[in-house]
Order: sequence, then C-alpha cells, then structure tokens
Amino acid sequence: MGLTPRPETRTVSYEPQNQEGWVATRLDFLVNWGRANSLWPMPFGTACCAIEFMATAASRFDLARFGMERMSFSPRQADVLICAGRVPFKLAPIIRRIWQQMPQPKWSISMGACASTGGMFDNYAVVQGIDTIIPVDVYVPGCPPRPEGLIYGIRMLQEKVMSERRVDNRLREEMYPDPTSQLYIPPSVIDELGEPFGNSVHQTRSAP
Amino acid sequence: MGSGNRTIEVELSTTGMDSQGRPQRIPLVTNDGGSPLDIAAPLSAEPELSGDHMLINIGPQHPATHGVLRLVLELDGETVVRCIPHVGYLHCGFEKIGEYRQYNQIIPWTDREDYLNSIGNNVAFALGAERLFGIDITPRCTVLRVIAAELSRMASHLVWLGTFCIDIGAFTPFLWAFQERENIYNLLESWVGARLTTSATRVGGMAADIPSGWMDGLRQFIRNFPQTLDEIDRMLTRNAIWVGRITGIGVMTAEEAINWGLSGPMLRASGVDYDVRKDFPYLDYETYDFDVPVGTNGDVYDRFLVRMEELRQSVKILTQAAERLPDGPVNIDDPRIILPPKSKATSEMESMIHHFKQVMEGPRPPIGEAYVAVESPKGEKGYYMVSDGTSKPARWRIRPPSFINLAAIPKMVEGHLLSDVIAINASIDIVMGEIDR
Amino acid sequence: MTDKTQIVTTGRALANALTPVTPRNIAHRGGEPNPSAAAIGEHFLGYVVRSEVIWGETTVYVTRASVFEVMQWLHDDPTQQYDFLSDITAVESRDFEQPIEVVWHLRSLPFRRFLRVKVQLEKNAPLEVSSVWSIWKSADWMERECYDMFGIRFKGHPDLRRILMWEQYKEGFPLRKDFPLRGRFSRAEQLRQALAQNPEAKYSMEELSIADAFEDLPSEMRQRLRKGERTGE
Repeated sequence: MGLTPRPETRTVSYEPQNQEGWVATRLDFLVNWGRANSLWPMPFGTACCAIEFMATAASRFDLARFGMERMSFSPRQADVLICAGRVPFKLAPIIRRIWQQMPQPKWSISMGACASTGGMFDNYAVVQGIDTIIPVDVYVPGCPPRPEGLIYGIRMLQEKVMSERRVDNRLREEMYPDPTSQLYIPPSVIDELGEPFGNSVHQTRSAP
Repeated sequence: MGSGNRTIEVELSTTGMDSQGRPQRIPLVTNDGGSPLDIAAPLSAEPELSGDHMLINIGPQHPATHGVLRLVLELDGETVVRCIPHVGYLHCGFEKIGEYRQYNQIIPWTDREDYLNSIGNNVAFALGAERLFGIDITPRCTVLRVIAAELSRMASHLVWLGTFCIDIGAFTPFLWAFQERENIYNLLESWVGARLTTSATRVGGMAADIPSGWMDGLRQFIRNFPQTLDEIDRMLTRNAIWVGRITGIGVMTAEEAINWGLSGPMLRASGVDYDVRKDFPYLDYETYDFDVPVGTNGDVYDRFLVRMEELRQSVKILTQAAERLPDGPVNIDDPRIILPPKSKATSEMESMIHHFKQVMEGPRPPIGEAYVAVESPKGEKGYYMVSDGTSKPARWRIRPPSFINLAAIPKMVEGHLLSDVIAINASIDIVMGEIDR
Repeated sequence: MTDKTQIVTTGRALANALTPVTPRNIAHRGGEPNPSAAAIGEHFLGYVVRSEVIWGETTVYVTRASVFEVMQWLHDDPTQQYDFLSDITAVESRDFEQPIEVVWHLRSLPFRRFLRVKVQLEKNAPLEVSSVWSIWKSADWMERECYDMFGIRFKGHPDLRRILMWEQYKEGFPLRKDFPLRGRFSRAEQLRQALAQNPEAKYSMEELSIADAFEDLPSEMRQRLRKGERTGE
C-alpha cells in the first residue's frame, strides 16, 4: 500500500468577481482529506497502553484536535482500530471478530510493544504481535508509548490515508490464507522453518 | 447497615441560593433500596409477563467494563436475576515469568500488573523481596517510598474517579481528574523518567534519588490539588442526580464484606476499619497522622465518599512526609545486593566484575518465604515469594485485591437493575491487568 | 474549605500504645510464633505435622484430611477468629521429588494476627484437598484459580472450572514446573487453537444453575464439567 505514489494536490483557483462559490479538486484528494480528518477510533484498550490512550484523549493532549473527537466504542461505526495493550490468546478471537465487524474503509494502529510484538511477555499466554491476527497499518513503539508518540502514529496514518487512490481496490481487499495457493505454507512447515527462533527450544532459562 | 431510611442533603439547580450565596440544600430521604421517597416508586404490581429470562452479554469489549471483563447476565425484564463474571481475557502469565527472572528483574513486571498503581506495586514488591533478603532500608528510602506510594494511590483514585463519573454520566470530572493526574505524571517523570511504567524501586533502595528541586514541585502539587478535589466535591457529592443514582445499590454488610474477602475502600465502605497501613504497618505508617475513612452503609455512594476522603488523607500524609524527608543515602550499604555506582563500574576493574556478577547471577536470598501485604488503592495487595536459595524465586504469587473484590459482584448486582450493574461494577475499581495477571 | 460529609466517619487517626509498629530486624528463623499455632496442636491431636517461624511469619503444616476441620475451628473459635482469608495458592518446588504445597494465608482482624497454613500433597496421589468455600466465600475464585494453574481439585467447591485460561485449554496447568514457559505447543498451533474459540459462546441455563445445584447433577455431567467441556451453545 505504501508503494503507490502520493498524488500531487492541485486546486484550481477561481476569479471571485465572475465565478463564485466553486472549487475544483481531485476526487481522491477530497475523499481522502475528509477521511483522514474525521477518523473515528475504536479503542480496543486492554492494559497499560489504554491508560495512556485515555491520557491522550483527555484535556492536555486532546485527541479531538486531529478529528478524533468521537470515540466509537462500537466497531460498526468505527474507522480505526487502536489496539492498546497486550493481547492474550484468550482475547485473540475477540479482536479478530471486532476487526471483521468494522466496515470498510478501515485501518488499524497497534499501540505499544505488547500489541506489536508481544513485548516483554514471551510466554504461554500472549499473542506475539496482533499482526498474526489482523492487518496492521501503523505500529507505535513504546511501553507504553507517550501520548506524543501515539499522536505521531495517528499523523502517520493520516498521511497514509491521504496517499490512497480510489481506483486501487487492492487496498480494500480482505485477504485470508488460501490453502490451494502456491504461496501457502502450512503451519507445520512454518514451525520447522522458525524453530531456531520460535518456540520449543532454548527454554533452559528456567534453570536456576 | 443499609436498613431504614436515610437522609442526605443535596443541592439542585432549582432550589436557589441561601443567605450566604451558596446553593441551598434540601434533604433527600431515601429508603433501603436507595430510591428517593418523595418520588413515586415504580408500581410494585408490574404485570407478570410470561416468557423466558433473557441472557445478555456485556463485554469483553465494552467501555463500561474497564478493560476486558465479561459479564453474562440473566435478566427478568430489567432486573438482574443472575450474574456470572468471566475473567481471564488479559491473563499474561506474570507469575510464571517471575519464576524465570531475578528479583530486581521482576520489578518491571510489577508496573504492568496493576498499571494504575505502578510505583505502589514497585514499593510493595521491593518490601517483599527485602523481607526475603532480611534487610532493613535506610530512613530516607522509607520516606521516599511513602511519597511514591501515596502519589500512586492518588493517581489510581483519580483514574477511578474519572472513569466512574463517565460510567454514571458525568464527563467533566474526568477531564479535571486527568489534568491532576498529568501533574503527578510530571513529578514521576522527573524522578524516574517514566510516566506510567516507573520501575522505581530496587531491592534495598530506589533506582534513583529525587532530583534537586523536586520537593518544590511536590509541595506545589500538594498546595494545588485540594482545590481541584474541592471542585469535584462541590460538583458531585451533594448533586441530587448523583446521589439519587448511586445510593442504596450494591450494598454489602460488614459481615458479608469480610466473608467475601473484600479489602480496601470496598471493605471500609461497609464499616470495617481494616487498613493494612494501620493494622499491619509497613514503611513506618504508624508514625503518620492520618484518618481511615469508614462508611456506614456499604453502598456505592459510601465507596465514593471513602475514596474521596482517602484522596484528602493522602495529601495529609504527603505533607508530613515532605516535612520529615531526612538526608542520607537512599540505598543500603551492602555490596551483595546493591550494584556499584555506574561511574565506578566503567572505570575500576573490581567494580566492573562486581557489577557483572551482580547482574548476571543476581543476589541470592536465603531459603525461606515471605508474604508482605500493602494497602494498595484497590485493597490488600500481597506479594508472596518463596525462595529456594537461588537468585530466582521458586514461586511468585500476587494477591490481587480487585480479583477478590470482583468475585463478589454477583452478590452485589443480583436483584438490581441493569443500569445499576454499571455503577456497581465501576465502584469496585477493577483493573483487569491485576485481575487476570 | 473541605466539605466533610456526615455519612463517613473517620477513625484511628493517631497511633496509641496498642498500635502495631513496622517490624524491623526480623530474624530468619525463630522468633515469636503466633499463639494460634500451639492452640491448633493442643486442640487437635495429631493434626499438626509441624510448625515453624520464617521471617516472623508462622507456618503450620497440617495433614491433608484435617484441613476443613482446622479451618472451621480457626474461623469460629472465639479465641482465634480468623475471619479474613487473604489468599489461597499453591507452591511447587523446582525439585520434582518435593510435594506440592497448598497455602492458605489467614488474618484475624480482631486480634491482628497472621497465620499461614500449609498442606503437602504428594505427587503420586491425586491432588485433592477440601474446599474452604463454605467457610469463606472469598475462597471461590482463589480455588478456581489454583485449580486452573496447578490442577489441584478442591473437594466441595460448587463450580470448579478454569477461570483464567479458556475452558478448552489443552496444554495443561501453566504454573506447574514441568510446563515450559512458552507453553507446550508451537506458536502457530497455540494461535490456531485460540482462534478456534467461539467468542459468542453462550452459557446455557443449565450451566447458569450449576452453582446452586452442582451436587444434584447426574454424575456423568459433573464429570464432563470437571473436565471443562462446554455444554453446547
């Protein structure tokens, strides 16, 4: 998605004396401008990052400045899923269900180290990054990220939205793994490939 | 306890001003169930509708569950007949990880377990580990930890206050509470470098002494904070809508509260004056002059009052602690436990080896076990550690107060209306990171 | 201008002679034992295996069969009054030969006492111990958690199900020492099993009534529930 060139933004000026009340622009620009500045976030707050998210929404940092005044606690009226906090395996089907309930166009921000990679919770209970469950547009690092960091991530998402093109339908496609595809690797092979770095070895740190 | 009528003076915008220009107060008489008596009670002879009870599922993703709690409610009309809470959606295996880490390395996990009270957890864990090591900390460190714990209690109660107000339907106190919380963040950040996840303590001391001029910032905060609290107090405590909404619901009597294991403000609102700071003191809390607020009715309104009073008492403790802060070292003088200073570790061979050994192997406590409880904002927070003589605990157990407080929610909500469930749930002050661990 | 409300009374502002003080210079072993430890030994002959004082905290080891009786007495006896159950947990040693210990932390609010009661469960026998749910209601979730994490069954608990992990969790009991830190299955398998949960699974009316009528259920249904199988949509 990031490979599409950012379109140039041009507006046509008009002569106020003889042609009043119109402005010409590209449809892409207008739609993206509208979308980027009225993103409705769906805060999927689970842990510490949710508190920093609340601080971002509260008076000092004031997320409403970026068009995010309305928190949408229902996924059906939301544009951006902000996953703030760690996601254990017990929560994995919940976040996938919420992502599927959101209408297109939709984006997602993975806030914090735990949501992005599992963070310091490399154990039996925590999903090692929500990008194994849902697609992620922006990763915000930090444990937890400061409100400034989250706002920077939101600005990056807005830039990304501004660079989208309506003719490019691939952006709105939802991909699920297709077992018949040539590119499909069954999980057992992934285990085999990833073994030196993945699970089931090097668990000797338990030794005192 | 919760029996008979009860009168609370409330203010309404329509009652005008008294002779001193303050809003006039009128007595609001409520009955046992909390409904105002001068308002006609709903008809008791409701038509009996045939039909099954309805099952309704709140959560795990719901703004009023303060995280990822799931409540399965069985409703008869709008009345809750049965409530079954489901937890575990944020189970991250803290206790398992603790068995794989040295004592000082566990401290970052204590931040993230009850993340509203992170520095208070650091203090609690360090106290537990020090009991296990058999060491006593320096006087300066003791006072610094009291300051840290009380600041953290205020920060936690402020988040509770803000979210509780949102759940009931008031938005403004949320903004005020978070503004004050940002001031606490600023203080913590200039001390330990982090806003939320502080990791401020070490076994035998603190990660850092306070920077110069920090106490001035603290004194300024102590001066300004009561004004905000008074403002919130004026807005809520006598507000007729507020009082009518939260009195008489979720009542726990004193015997029930003890039997269900409630602790902290939940227990004290029911009239039991059990406070770990007074009954099993730590950090010289017995030498501070402060009150333990105790409720009489055990309902949501009393829990609100108890927590508001605890905020004032925290200010009182902070004032005394700021006066008595002694000079001297922060860390104990014991090279088996404390790291050498960084400047020496990078310049002297012996210190470098010492540093390396301490970090790679870690200090080893003698074989034994210790359960150390502190009064966290949620209740009695205990850390139980078992050492088998190695540098990592054989078992690290967290006694989670809000887990045990939440276990009583079926008892509290059954028989109330669905909308009261939200208020009762908010009054428990749950934090899912601690419940599920 | 503090607007004190009349409803909340505040008490115990200043320390007096009876107030406990912060303990200092605690000895590793030895020290003054909690009088309740000796009282149990006198009242119940042969129930106490041994008792010791570690870091100022008294631990009483009792036999497995006597747990409920001792707890009931500690709760009810007017000279003990252990009315507050702080914690129930279990400890497994890194030494696999050692038995698993179940630990109760009790507090007596009227006497300001703290007592730790322990039971050792040998690993070659079924891990079972009496539930104290009928004495302290707070034992409900703590025993469920102990079962979830260690697989210890509490006899007499009304609704012993997994609480933190989901009910179809297949990997075992996470806090046991033979359970690896990252779980038994690979990450891919763990994720696949987790995503196979039904997030909208409802609980049947039958299950909702279990807390009341667990003992009346047919034995095969109790077995099924003990194994953690869901009873359908």
